[in-house]
Amino acid sequence: MTELSRPPAPAAHPEPIIEVRDVSISFPGIKALDGVSFRMFPGEVHSLMGENGAGKSTLIKALTGVYQIDSGSIVFAGAPVSFRGTAQAQDAGISTVYQEVNLLPNLSVAENIMLGREPRKWGSIDGRAMRAQSRVVLDTLGLDIDPDSMLGTHSLAIQQLISIARAIHINARVLILDEPTSSLDADEVAELFRIIRTLRDDGVAILFVSHFLDQVYEIADRLTVLRNGRLVGEHLTPELLRIELVQKMIGKEIGTLDDLEQRVRESEEGAPAPTPFLRAAGIGRKGSVNAVDIAIGEGEVVGFAGLLGSGRTEVARLLGGIDRSDTGTIEIGGDGVRLRTPRQALSKRIAYSSENRRAEGIVDELSVRDNIVLALQADRGWFRPIPRKRQDELAQSYIDALHIRPANPDAIVRNLSGGNQQKVLLGRWLAVAPRLLILDEPTRGIDIGAKAEIQKLVISLAENGMSVVFISAELEEVLRLSHRIVVMRDRSKVADLDNDDLTIDNLLAIIAEGDADEDLGETA
Amino acid sequence: MTAVVKEPAPTAAGRILQKSRSIFTSPKYGPVLVTAILFVVVFIAGGIRYQGFFSGQVILNLFVDNAYLIVLAVGMTFVILTGGIDLSVGAVVALSTMMVASLLESGLPAVIVIPLIIVATTVLGLLVGLMVHYFKVQPFIATLAAMFLARGLCYVISQSSISISDPGFIALAVTRIPLGGGLSITWSVVIALVIVAAAVWTLHRTRFGRTVYAIGGGEHSAQLMGLPVARTKVLVYAVSGLCSGLAGILFSFYTLSGYPLTAIGTELDAIAAVVIGGTLLTGGYGFVLGSVLGVLVLGIIQTIITFEGTLSSWWTKIFIGALLLAFIGLQRVLTARKT
Amino acid sequence: MSALFARIVSSRLFWPLVMLAVLFLINVIAFPGFFSISIRDGNLYGSLIDILRNGAPMMIVAIGMTLVIATRGIDLSVGAVAAIAGSVACSILLGSSDPSNPGTVAIAILTAVLISLVLGAWNGFLVAVIGIQPIIATLILMTAGRGAAMLITEGQILTVNSAPFKVLGAGFLWGVPVAVYIAAAVFIIAVVFTRRTALGMLIEAVGINPEASRQAGVRARGLLFLVYIFAALCAAAGGLILTANTMAADANNVALFIELDAILAVVIGGTSLAGGRYSLVGTVVGALVIQTLVTTVYTVGIPPIITMVFKAVVVTLVCLLQSPTTNEALSNIRRRLALRAGKEAVSV
Repeated sequence: MTELSRPPAPAAHPEPIIEVRDVSISFPGIKALDGVSFRMFPGEVHSLMGENGAGKSTLIKALTGVYQIDSGSIVFAGAPVSFRGTAQAQDAGISTVYQEVNLLPNLSVAENIMLGREPRKWGSIDGRAMRAQSRVVLDTLGLDIDPDSMLGTHSLAIQQLISIARAIHINARVLILDEPTSSLDADEVAELFRIIRTLRDDGVAILFVSHFLDQVYEIADRLTVLRNGRLVGEHLTPELLRIELVQKMIGKEIGTLDDLEQRVRESEEGAPAPTPFLRAAGIGRKGSVNAVDIAIGEGEVVGFAGLLGSGRTEVARLLGGIDRSDTGTIEIGGDGVRLRTPRQALSKRIAYSSENRRAEGIVDELSVRDNIVLALQADRGWFRPIPRKRQDELAQSYIDALHIRPANPDAIVRNLSGGNQQKVLLGRWLAVAPRLLILDEPTRGIDIGAKAEIQKLVISLAENGMSVVFISAELEEVLRLSHRIVVMRDRSKVADLDNDDLTIDNLLAIIAEGDADEDLGETA
Repeated sequence: MTAVVKEPAPTAAGRILQKSRSIFTSPKYGPVLVTAILFVVVFIAGGIRYQGFFSGQVILNLFVDNAYLIVLAVGMTFVILTGGIDLSVGAVVALSTMMVASLLESGLPAVIVIPLIIVATTVLGLLVGLMVHYFKVQPFIATLAAMFLARGLCYVISQSSISISDPGFIALAVTRIPLGGGLSITWSVVIALVIVAAAVWTLHRTRFGRTVYAIGGGEHSAQLMGLPVARTKVLVYAVSGLCSGLAGILFSFYTLSGYPLTAIGTELDAIAAVVIGGTLLTGGYGFVLGSVLGVLVLGIIQTIITFEGTLSSWWTKIFIGALLLAFIGLQRVLTARKT
Repeated sequence: MSALFARIVSSRLFWPLVMLAVLFLINVIAFPGFFSISIRDGNLYGSLIDILRNGAPMMIVAIGMTLVIATRGIDLSVGAVAAIAGSVACSILLGSSDPSNPGTVAIAILTAVLISLVLGAWNGFLVAVIGIQPIIATLILMTAGRGAAMLITEGQILTVNSAPFKVLGAGFLWGVPVAVYIAAAVFIIAVVFTRRTALGMLIEAVGINPEASRQAGVRARGLLFLVYIFAALCAAAGGLILTANTMAADANNVALFIELDAILAVVIGGTSLAGGRYSLVGTVVGALVIQTLVTTVYTVGIPPIITMVFKAVVVTLVCLLQSPTTNEALSNIRRRLALRAGKEAVSV
């Protein structure tokens, strides 16, 4: 139940076109939406803001009929609705344009716009009418595209616009744009915004979901912030400072581990600058992250902070050899190295623990033991199997150290809870005794007790000489553990902070505004 | 005017060059064009090398001898366009010939027998389609099971060949339709061409056909767009069943008998024809006319080998394998460039 | 006690063994002498021995197929490779001055095996390096291979008279058919090679989650080469046994449909076509099921040709049972039963 005050409705359209009232959706073990209220007005661009797990995508899926709501109601154009599937939502007038476009590259532009509703003449599709009608829609948006050209021949930016054209053709009254600008360059974004404004002025209600704060502030009229499945607030854009927005999105966590932070700060005081282990200059990857310089010292915990999509994971993947960098060089101990494949990185004793543990981390049908020894075994090759006794020892030691439950090395990983799966994954990387351990969201989905254990583990690893890169969406956690923090924003490095500059307010300010003050530390 | 849409090269020659380059490297048109060129080249080479090759009847015989394969390739095209595959077509052809022969032998008139068989094989295809979509069984295995079933049923009907002596049927089978100038074709060719025309119209002018392409382009996207994906996926296997049944009937026009061991390996010929004809095995791109062209290419290779006389006909299989490899490689290169 | 029972029932081998038991039962009822084994001229004879001996080539091919399927692949070319192996061996023997010379026989076999190795490497190259889908990649060899085999035999069925060669297919050693020894040897090699080394686990990891395996540093490329080469070697062994048994190389008909039987055996044995965890023992049981099915049909008096229909039914049943749709439906029923029994609801 929210007693939060809400800003007034727009004068031109005082009634919301769609209203979500006190809606909750639960999945086994998690409450994805908890009493959320949300509304959109015609002729407005509304931005939905929130970090991972905030509930944004769940809310959108509820609006489009993918998920059924457990409680509360959804009201569309004044009448309560309950969509069962995207087709129903689409027919009612709610269309979604996804990040991956979801059109058919092998069909023509006209066909994509009209698929499913092609004009017919005597039982067969009327090609001429189709071409003419799609040309009309394209003209409405001011797009000069040949309707007969194959969709796949156009850039992603154009395909997205055609996706919007399709939505318009279906007479969308609510248009949901899910991370539309992630793969667009500045010109393409400008073009997209022009079209968004055209549609807005025509009375379409647009939901703009993006993590690029600059863009949100440029285009959105209204903002709604979600966090941990709850509504934090609804605001008119001009009335909310960026830093306030970021604070609402990230929030503050109860700090039960201040003594850890104490330990980290104390170890830093008076300690000589750590010998550099790895130095990356100008590494980047087209479409994913701009060129950055990163230096990591021995025994140092370097945190990567920034909003989702800022490039933190992308840089980490370059360092871990998961993706190949297009530019730049990497040196370890002064020697140039190539980290183009995971094998190469592992051979240099760099281990990367993926944030996407289901798809890229655990091998779910194998046992806990097999998962833990996997990387170690891959390194030893095919014909030098780790003796079974040693495998058992390794598995047992990590089960104990990380409190993996059930404590059975033969348990099939698929049946473990998310948190325990993460611990198994951690065990795998620890087993190869890396010199640099890159942890991407290692505490996501883990209970408070286990989080504390992992954080303590990170600190003691560093005290024993291991370098750690620690990525987390929770700033408090990053602050607590890191000797240094690299701040990422909109795919570039914007700051490299240490010592006295490591405060939550500094971090929030840099993430929100992006341009660092001179006394806030070095920029990229 | 959108700033993001780039203009093509200004000069006419430059435009033509760029257009032809883009056509050849597009996964939609590239392979088919290569096939067409290949066909022309092989035909000319044959004509230069052998006496009597350049006759119209040689080309018409390509159709006469391969009418059944053309129909088969049409059905296979539908399935492969959705990203699936049908391994049962050869066995269903054999089953169809057995059913024709035995039913005719038992006295039923051809007018009843032929439609009955087509309905039967279509139903079989429908069942396979249901298995593929609703039980999520991989098309390979589902059609493999159908292949076993069909082949087994052949033997149930009879373990040895049954010859056809129904005069109406034989008349339909052997009549030659004169085209003037000494050239002639059979009714099987006419039937095959009608099927081709129907397929072209269906794929390009009906919602069902566009959905077939859509599924190949991205099943998930097609579903999100609200297309009837389930119904279409099931129906393509029914279409394949229909074509296999019909192809069997055309085949029995040719052999005037039913034989349980016939058409072993024919599914590979059909798949080869479709692939050589420019349809991508991953689905979404391809034309029925391309598959017809693929059948003609296979046919002309066989013809050349016959003309050659000294080459054992087993070279055909090797050539087909090599062609298949070349075209798959080509498809791979073209699709890799796209991603 | 009930826990042990639960474990047995849920083991992947349960249903294949049940099927085998049922088939044995049917056989014994129709032919009471089914289980009897007699000794003639120092060699074992009997229905069970026949099943083992006749099923040996298919079992060997199925063992090779298991590892390929475990990597999420499939090998349709094994029949063609078997044909090539048989044809090569026979032509060498025919072309030699003394086909009965054990040395010549050894050379013939060795050459056939080496050629199969190259063919397997070819498949591996297409799949691992070029990145072609396994169905398609092996389809090429399947198409061209029979033609190549026919070329080698020049379109004839080559018959050869060579006692040492015949031993492979029809010979006995200490009373047991040689073919059975070969099958046992292949099985043992496969088990030792995959379970005594790290290969087994790595193959399964690649099949279950290729990306996670890549990030863990597993060299998938080499593994893929290995499994396709092994499959080709198994195909060669099967082809040589079949050819040796008939003393004739019939490139067109030898090992016809063996790839299908092999895939069927693997699937019945519990290995999923989607790749991942595999069971060599399961495959052996699956192969026995198929061979016994063939025998049963014959014993009971049904025309043997009908086996195909039975195989179709079995494949369909297995697929429907393995299907995720069925699993979902079953787990829904289980959940509802549990709810009704008053247990806790799953969601909070």
